[in-house]
Amino acid sequence: MSVHTLSIDGRPVAVEAGASLLAACRGAGIALPTLCHLDGLTPVGACRLCLVEVEGQARPLAACVSAAAEGQVVRTDTAQLRQFRRMAVELFFAEGNHLCAVCVANGACELQDLAVAVGMDHSRFPARWPRRAVDASHPLFTLDHNRCILCSRCLRACDELEGAHVWDIAERGEHCRLVAGLDQPWGEVAACTSCGQCVDACPTGALFRRQESAGDHQPRRDRAAVLQQARQQKLWRNQGEVPP
Amino acid sequence: MSGAVRRLRCCDGSACRNGGGIALRQALLAARAAAGLAEQELVIRAVGCLRLCGRGPLVAADGPGGSRLWGGVPPELASALVAAARGRRRRGQALAIPAPAHPPQAGPAPGELRLAGARLWGPCLWEPAPGRSPQPPVAPFDPSAPAASAAPAASAAPADPSAPADPSAPVASAAPADPSALVDPSAPAASVAPADPSAPAASAAPLDPLAPHQLDPHHPFFALQRPVVLECCGLIDPDSLDDALDHGAYRQLQRCLHQLTPAAVRDEIRASGLRGRGGAGYPTGLKWDTVALQPPGPRQVVANGDEGDPGAFMDRTVMEGDPHRLLEGLAIAAYAVGAEHGFVYVRAEYPLAIERLRGALAAIAARGGFGPGLCGSPWPLRIALRVGAGAYVCGEETALLHSIEGGRGTPRPRPPYPAQRGLGGAPTLINNVETLAAVPAILRQGGAWYGAIGDPACPGSRGTKVFSLSGAVVHTGVVEVPLGLPLRTVVETMGGGVVGGAPLKAVQTGGPSGGCIPAARLDTRLDYEAMAGLGAILGSGGMVVLGPATAMPELARYFMGFCVQESCGLCLPCRAGTVQLAALLDRLIEGRGAAGDLERLEELAGMVRATSLCGLGQSAPNPLLSTLRHFRGEYLQACAGGGAGDPAGGPPA
Repeated sequence: MSVHTLSIDGRPVAVEAGASLLAACRGAGIALPTLCHLDGLTPVGACRLCLVEVEGQARPLAACVSAAAEGQVVRTDTAQLRQFRRMAVELFFAEGNHLCAVCVANGACELQDLAVAVGMDHSRFPARWPRRAVDASHPLFTLDHNRCILCSRCLRACDELEGAHVWDIAERGEHCRLVAGLDQPWGEVAACTSCGQCVDACPTGALFRRQESAGDHQPRRDRAAVLQQARQQKLWRNQGEVPP
Repeated sequence: MSGAVRRLRCCDGSACRNGGGIALRQALLAARAAAGLAEQELVIRAVGCLRLCGRGPLVAADGPGGSRLWGGVPPELASALVAAARGRRRRGQALAIPAPAHPPQAGPAPGELRLAGARLWGPCLWEPAPGRSPQPPVAPFDPSAPAASAAPAASAAPADPSAPADPSAPVASAAPADPSALVDPSAPAASVAPADPSAPAASAAPLDPLAPHQLDPHHPFFALQRPVVLECCGLIDPDSLDDALDHGAYRQLQRCLHQLTPAAVRDEIRASGLRGRGGAGYPTGLKWDTVALQPPGPRQVVANGDEGDPGAFMDRTVMEGDPHRLLEGLAIAAYAVGAEHGFVYVRAEYPLAIERLRGALAAIAARGGFGPGLCGSPWPLRIALRVGAGAYVCGEETALLHSIEGGRGTPRPRPPYPAQRGLGGAPTLINNVETLAAVPAILRQGGAWYGAIGDPACPGSRGTKVFSLSGAVVHTGVVEVPLGLPLRTVVETMGGGVVGGAPLKAVQTGGPSGGCIPAARLDTRLDYEAMAGLGAILGSGGMVVLGPATAMPELARYFMGFCVQESCGLCLPCRAGTVQLAALLDRLIEGRGAAGDLERLEELAGMVRATSLCGLGQSAPNPLLSTLRHFRGEYLQACAGGGAGDPAGGPPA
């Protein structure tokens, strides 16, 4: 297997050919912020938080969807990138209705963690306060559109891991919203297996279990990676050891 | 075409149809029958765009006396038109369009250009009058020409209703004599009949009711054009495969299949210096090579006809006026890259283009297909038509591919480029409609010939480009000119400047991805690099002329609103960033701006430009940034809440 050597923030890094820049950064112990990325799912490059500067490239590249290449000189923490990331987090907060104090995911929210990480205590952009609905038609789970950041992790988990493709995104631009089935109440979608993988994949409190109250949400966000790995290695409960 | 044939060519493009072209053509057919003429005695034919869309419906008459042109003729004058088309022949007179009786009195019109070398070749849109050189030098304007006063600009409204119109543009009919009037100076005087097609013209025109409608085919608007892509548009019946074949359609495809290797075809394209006409300007030959040289396996070709920029109607003109040229270009591209399957993707807002392409494909299928039917070769190319669903972002190539595959029209990160992995995972060649429509002429005349067109000062911009002139310009329509021409020539000499003789403020090019070129930089050449250097782009060819009444922050708000509407919502900067930019612009324009708003606007615009996923988001801030660059005073004035006495204030509206 061939290996690429590159420089990330001045550190020499070796990765397998075909690995993404994000994997290369993480392998080197550099934490890149991400929201739409989830190990075990196909990357889409939608949240634009994992942007890195690569020498010779006019624009920053999304590390999750860019392949690491031999000899690249990568910077992950320039002033410009920090500014872009902070603005991105501010835009996320201004776009939806994010009220941490009453959110089920308070304390277990990737968006909240990110705001802390980039030092955002308020958004300079006026909040849009969109009118969004809550879908509580499912017997086990609830979807609160107010907290949805349209990362499409639920969609990909349902499609790629469960094979049900219950979720999709309707409308365009700022009016985009998650829809179940053919834009039906979630509880009426026969394709849903109630596996809960979407709930575990959600980075915020948009998808949660019915009985959860503020701060209760404890999703297993590694579930996608575990499942994908188990499938690749053909590890099942009755065949061998379950990966940790 | 032979000079002995008398015929009327009726423009049957969208713009002329909207102006009543179908009713006029039917009235002409009735008038011919009423005059007792046989079909061969006066051929009446629907053709593609005759260019001057703002004066539609257009009718051109060819006869022994050369070509004449009328615009905005109401159906009531059909019999007069038929008489005009046959009358002169009966008297045996050659209709020479005489030189104007008076020399120009006030010197040349602004930016007037006399191009002796602009010679047409091949089929000719306007038949010369006997005794004239095939392409006469541009006739000088005659400001004193009779009948010109009321006529020129009555219908110079933007052809595209979504183009930002100048709200306070002066009403044209009240304007004084316009030196750039397009009315034929040789037409007999006709008192003061208004050219407005809706006005009863007959009663006010005792001498010749057609005179106010007669246009001069030797006006710079026509004479400076260099039709290559549009060489048959306006000559042939777009619904007739036979007519297209008579004008040489598919001959280059036959030559490719029987005489040229795919590599030889690509050599010609590379030698021509042709670059993508959809806006990005990527070298076409390089793109073809990239697809052709991928590992063995199936390939796909796609023609991108999802022309969505406000104020752009170049591709529509090609698809409506000469669909077979596009199909031939696409077929040659398929041969050159080794594809046996292709798509034409057209936006749903172009019903006539869809109808014509569908008809063209059906006619080819009825003959047995591209290879066996048209070329006597077993080559099994199949081309299918796909119609968009109204999303602007589907003009972006990866979103377009998703749309063809039946998915949601959202872009994906590149690389891999479609040339590496596109439709169904196969290497896919995507070219703009205009790019492909240039291919047959390049193969016929040779790549070197095409590469020689254009100004030597602009080595990166070869060949011709179709532009659509709209906005506050006197002559609205489609022009195809050699690249490297100064923008001033197109806007002022050909377009006649701003309606009512008002000073020009700026020219918006490239739609929501482009920028504004201020009047002071009007001598900029039509060149990919020169225009990018000004913060604008050559773009797909939309040219919206802005008069003094247009407020630049308003213009930026219009385009930002467009991007908010058309964002697919996939990536955050474009989905949420454009919304915030539009809100900031709203605040500024409504006088609620605060200190620091301008800096925040620039900071956010820079972020959206640098971090968006696809070209739509990356270029969404361009109209804002380019107007900020060239008209910052207007923003400062707005920031200061209307800004009376602001020394840095913009030019008065």
